[in-house]
Amino acid sequence: MKPAAFVRHVPRTLDEALKILAQVAPQDGRVLAGGQSLVPIMAFRLAKPAHLVDINEVEGLDRISNDGKLLSIGARVRHAAFHKSVVENPLGLLLTEVARHIAHYPIRVRGTFCGSLAHADPASEWCLVAATLDATMVAKNTRGERPIAAKDYFQGIMSTALAEDELLAEARLPLLASDAKFGFNEFNRRAGDFAMAASLVCYRLQGGKIVEPRVGVGGAEPCPRRIAEAEAALNGKAPGDAVFRAAAEAAASAVEPLEDHQTTGEYRRDLVRAVVRRALEQSIT
Amino acid sequence: MTAHTKGSGLKWVGRAIRRLEDPALVTGQGRFTADLPAMHWVRFVRSPNASGKIAKIDAPNGATVITAADLKGVKKITPMLHKFNYKPVGQPVLADGVVRFVGEPVAVVVAASEEAAEDIADLVEVTIDETTPMIDARAALQSGAPQVHAEAPGNVILEGKFKTPDFDATWKGSYKIITVEARSRRQNATPMEARGGHAAYDASTGRVTLTCTTQMPHLMRTAIADVLGFAESDLRVIAPDVGGGFGQKMSLAAEYVVLVWLARKLKSSVAWTEDRRENLIAGFHARDQYITLAGAFDKNAKLLALKTDIVSNIGAYSCFPTTCGVEPLMAMAEMPGPYDVRHYECLARGVITNTCTMAPYRGVSRPVITFTLERLMDKAASAFAIDPIDIRRRNLIDKLPYTSAMGLVYDEATYKQTLEMAVKAIDVPAFRARQKAARAQGRHLGIGFATFSERTGYGSPAFAARGMEITPGWETVILTVDPSGFVEARIGSSPHGQGLRTTLAQIIADEIGVTPDVIKVVHGDTDIAPYGWGTFASRSLVISGGASLIAAQKVRAKLIKIASHMLEAAPHDIMLENGTAKVAGTDRFVSIAKMAREAYHQTHRFKGEIEPGLTETGSYDPPGTFSNACHVAIVEVDVETGRVTVEKFLVAEDAGRIINPMIADGQVHGGIAQGIGNALLEEIIYDESGGILTANLADYMPPTAREIPPIELHHIETPSTTSITKAKGLGEGGCIGAPAAIINAINDALSEYGVQIDEMPATPQRIRAALRASSLPSPLWGGEKGTA
Ligand SMILES: Cc1cc2nc3c(=O)[nH]c(=O)nc-3n(C[C@H](O)[C@H](O)[C@H](O)COP(=O)(O)OP(=O)(O)OC[C@H]3O[C@@H](n4cnc5c(N)ncnc54)[C@H](O)[C@@H]3O)c2cc1C
Repeated sequence: MKPAAFVRHVPRTLDEALKILAQVAPQDGRVLAGGQSLVPIMAFRLAKPAHLVDINEVEGLDRISNDGKLLSIGARVRHAAFHKSVVENPLGLLLTEVARHIAHYPIRVRGTFCGSLAHADPASEWCLVAATLDATMVAKNTRGERPIAAKDYFQGIMSTALAEDELLAEARLPLLASDAKFGFNEFNRRAGDFAMAASLVCYRLQGGKIVEPRVGVGGAEPCPRRIAEAEAALNGKAPGDAVFRAAAEAAASAVEPLEDHQTTGEYRRDLVRAVVRRALEQSIT
Repeated sequence: MTAHTKGSGLKWVGRAIRRLEDPALVTGQGRFTADLPAMHWVRFVRSPNASGKIAKIDAPNGATVITAADLKGVKKITPMLHKFNYKPVGQPVLADGVVRFVGEPVAVVVAASEEAAEDIADLVEVTIDETTPMIDARAALQSGAPQVHAEAPGNVILEGKFKTPDFDATWKGSYKIITVEARSRRQNATPMEARGGHAAYDASTGRVTLTCTTQMPHLMRTAIADVLGFAESDLRVIAPDVGGGFGQKMSLAAEYVVLVWLARKLKSSVAWTEDRRENLIAGFHARDQYITLAGAFDKNAKLLALKTDIVSNIGAYSCFPTTCGVEPLMAMAEMPGPYDVRHYECLARGVITNTCTMAPYRGVSRPVITFTLERLMDKAASAFAIDPIDIRRRNLIDKLPYTSAMGLVYDEATYKQTLEMAVKAIDVPAFRARQKAARAQGRHLGIGFATFSERTGYGSPAFAARGMEITPGWETVILTVDPSGFVEARIGSSPHGQGLRTTLAQIIADEIGVTPDVIKVVHGDTDIAPYGWGTFASRSLVISGGASLIAAQKVRAKLIKIASHMLEAAPHDIMLENGTAKVAGTDRFVSIAKMAREAYHQTHRFKGEIEPGLTETGSYDPPGTFSNACHVAIVEVDVETGRVTVEKFLVAEDAGRIINPMIADGQVHGGIAQGIGNALLEEIIYDESGGILTANLADYMPPTAREIPPIELHHIETPSTTSITKAKGLGEGGCIGAPAAIINAINDALSEYGVQIDEMPATPQRIRAALRASSLPSPLWGGEKGTA
């Protein structure tokens, strides 16, 4: 479990980083952020990048900022940054609630928010957040920058719209309405493991009825996504057990479940049903 | 440490003193195999296929790549049993023409660093003409199944059969027959430190020193010298600090033979550190069994007879030194467990397959047979409509000593008392009320019991019953008071986490009147320690402890002789305490240090009446003793997802005299943690072609601290009369009872759905599948019919 040989580049500025990335990308050069996914993959020799562009010294990428509408999260911001609320907005609490489900403490101290989005594990909590809240990913290369909407960004299991010479410089999440309600639930077999299914829900209440519902499901399909059928089941209804069950059932039947040697499609649907309902229940407690 | 020793009324035995081995370990001063520098590092190239003929091995130009063709004269590893129709099958240390499991070493790359060796190994191409692999033991038993070894027709490597006279009549005359079809999935012991070795050649003597992470240094020496064909005295085996073994490190790793061969060939040092992936695919497996067990009961739910068919998947080869008989033969001998049952019929088969070789894993077959038998008892209780506790009360052995239907002699124990103690401590009525209240809120709690006996500290007669060519059992301790008055015990056991340096020191301290901190227990080096069997099978405290006591008694006798000489007093007036010998009723004394000087440097004063020096040897080979316990688990089952949460775990246990309660509790805690893994999480999964789908610790899932509930322990101490320290072993008990208790609790929680979970691990997927298949109303949607 020793990685194949590689050259590590340690740029100090974003320009320098993009330049090096442009040079080495054609030889499977990759960005190294927290290393919590990339290094294990290299140790197993599932990846043998010849070059690593280590962004841990790049100035300015460690910032979290908010302009009153969007929360911007730089490429060096660690999972652990969200152990406390980073913004006075329900979004801050939402991120705090989600963060504690990611891996274990030492991994959260190193792994990055943007690294999770770049890695795009189907079960990543941050990918689920990005998909559910319709985040915007800001990709940069030497030629410039482009924003990518979440629905275009996630393209498959560990596959995104990022080009090989693009750095995910930051992710932008919309702040939530001040009266927004949210809930999160995931299922895994051991504490800290990747979720076998996870759900993030978010909505507002108007006259006691659900409006602007968002129901995201992760870990169940190649990419996390909003489930329109479940959102429709909630829209305009008063929150309650029957409505939540209906939405959960809608989500369970809408997904095209990933299967593996231990997990049948049927079981994955069971989990989706459970996590969606539980996330909804959490939203009212 | 204050001195409380013989004479002052307070003893070291029985006290929870801190472990003498820990200061080094917790300050990073432990010394492990992988810490050693080496001139050469190796990487094993392993078979990518489960079964087939090696067509070609292509190595890059200039690389040092050794294959079976280079190992001329190296014998196969061929452990032997002389009973049970055992078919000896040989294991070449590198696959020789044929591969038999994914992960089998096919070649070895030698390079200047681990990284370089791995780079080269990546380029070695092994071409295999695949043949159909046999993965599942039942499939391998089918007629016409492909043969894994020509020597073992039908893929059966051994067959144990037993039947008591009058069995059939009893069976026919019984009132009710209850059957369980149990399945135990394959596991890996997963020690924190995977395997690894370092072999260094010494040009001046021609000897090789193999440092390796083993539980049995002397047996490694014997085996490797045999396989390579040279004098044992030319090999020194050192087991430094060992990061857990759990049985996986008591079997000979073929890799170690290769390392010693390379060190001799290269006249240099070579090292190998196994990585986790290698360990999970090739570092020995365990517990892959099918057991059918039927019990015949009379009208009062009293067990009359047991009939069992045990199929143990022993993998591709037979492990050395125990042979693959350990699992099936232990299951056969100990299946009746703690219950009084006079009639017994058993067929136990070891089945060869194209999977990683089986080796003992903590508890060996006991976690599986206890699980099977305890499922049977719960099913019987339900068939008789009585409480699971009652059926155990009616059947547990209570007249001791007891000779089992198989002829095993059970010594004094407390089967019923520990059950009652546990029942009281867990407060069953309060639990049942809480269970009912929780059910009204849609939650499913369950309670499960497991009562069991744990055969421990058994010497050579017990092993001889298996007809083993290499019959373990005894232990030797060489105890020396050196001229400075400090004490050294050289032991043949080889502890690797069990705390023997502390517990043996406690035993010796009481006998010779010193404090444990002046006693060094030395082990794990064949040049220093006496020949011994190492540490496994809950044996070391009983056997090495007994040998320590015998040696200490001899040293004590000699110290008294010397003191009586020096103090001019009668021997029976001499008391040993606080590091001195005193004349009772006087203020005359002499320190042990002074007596030691005398014993080495002033022997002329003994006038030939006392032998020089202060070294004595003790050996011990006991018949064996049975510990016992009752485990209780309280679980919550989430019926929507199948998740099981162990809310509480309680143990009432009797392991005879407890030498150090803290260490004893630690052993039980650790065992229960592994038992929880076995019950709920851990499973090596092969695909149909024999590839392993669980080759990392994300897919193979030992529990984390967060899956381990609070554990409550209660002890009864029944001094054993078959162990001279009165102590029984307890190293395996934790993991023996836990799976049975937990899975019984799951079944209790789900009793209303009529599901039967008889498989370990009881994963959420399996529990949901069982619930889905249940024809009863689904709990999921307010009691309507389930979505099928
Ligand atoms: C035991 C364990 C358990 C875990 N459990 C979870 C879990 O429950 N949930 C979860 O979400 N994650 C989990 N992880 C993964 C962890 O969260 C990682 O930190 C995360 O997936 C990747 O972030 P990183 O900063 O470590 O990225 P790295 O490992 O450095 O990189 C990952 C990949 O993304 C690319 N990359 C990284 N940053 C950028 C960027 N800014 N622009 C372009 N490409 C980039 C890299 O080139 C690489 O291909 C776990 C990891 C471990 C080891």
